Amino acid sequence: MVDDEKTLVEILDEHTPIDISKYINYVSAPQAGAIATFSGTTRDTFEGKQVVELRYEAYVPMAIKCMKSICSSARSSWNLHSVAVVHRLGPVLVGETSVFIAASSVHRVDALEACKFVIDEVKASVPIWKKEVYSDGEVWKENSEFSERRLDFGKDDDDGRSGVKEVEKVHRHERKSCCGAKVKVKDESAAEIIPSNGVGERN
Amino acid sequence: MEGETSSDIVGLTVTDKKNENSSVKIKVLFFARARDLTGLTDTPLEVPSGSTAGECLSKLMAAFPGLQEISSCVVVALNEEYTNESAIVKDKDELAIIPPISGG
Repeated sequence: MVDDEKTLVEILDEHTPIDISKYINYVSAPQAGAIATFSGTTRDTFEGKQVVELRYEAYVPMAIKCMKSICSSARSSWNLHSVAVVHRLGPVLVGETSVFIAASSVHRVDALEACKFVIDEVKASVPIWKKEVYSDGEVWKENSEFSERRLDFGKDDDDGRSGVKEVEKVHRHERKSCCGAKVKVKDESAAEIIPSNGVGERN
Repeated sequence: MEGETSSDIVGLTVTDKKNENSSVKIKVLFFARARDLTGLTDTPLEVPSGSTAGECLSKLMAAFPGLQEISSCVVVALNEEYTNESAIVKDKDELAIIPPISGG
């Protein structure tokens, strides 16, 4: 366990743009050879309609708890140095970033896979909502990831974190080596075995 | 006893000790579409002691018929954690009505 492992979770007030360099700097470390990031940005169209902006709101204390729980879950599945997750509230214009995730690790596979896991989990379980605003109306969006996950809410796992995907049981035995055989559990619940090529890193 | 104040909890007195288990008062939070449909960000709710989150939800649906539009797709959170509808609510709990989320 690295002593200076760090996790940062933030929800920004309205009209506060995300300074991605702050979060990249946060996760940077001499020991970490890889930094993986994800940026969610407002698209200009949805089903042919012109999007003016997205407006975000959140159940802030619970959202922060959920995001911390997701980072915890990521740490138990991948060998991470630092993780940062930040989400904006209020209006986010086309092209602007609403959510940003940065993860660092010694070898790249951990940061890359953890980054994907975190955004997938944010979309499935964190109580944040966005309203899509068009020139002629507005509508609350719904993440399909939430619909797939909602039956799991309220069922506690061993760690009491309801709703967060159970990857740690699958990955726990893999922590020592990033180059060994991996069983990857997809959303469709099909298990796929990725064999080790025996030489160097897989990805 | 006759002459006592009725169901409103106005403060603890010695006689209230006999009644302290009869009802609980919780705070209900409405988000996103739920807030649009009720016109409220939050509301107090008093329910019989031992009521479940599901029973609270039913009471809310009755009090705010507009909520029925999303009744099949909301989840609830109790004290900032997702819960299922059989969870028992306690006094001063915070129950959040969570329509389908769309963060990220």
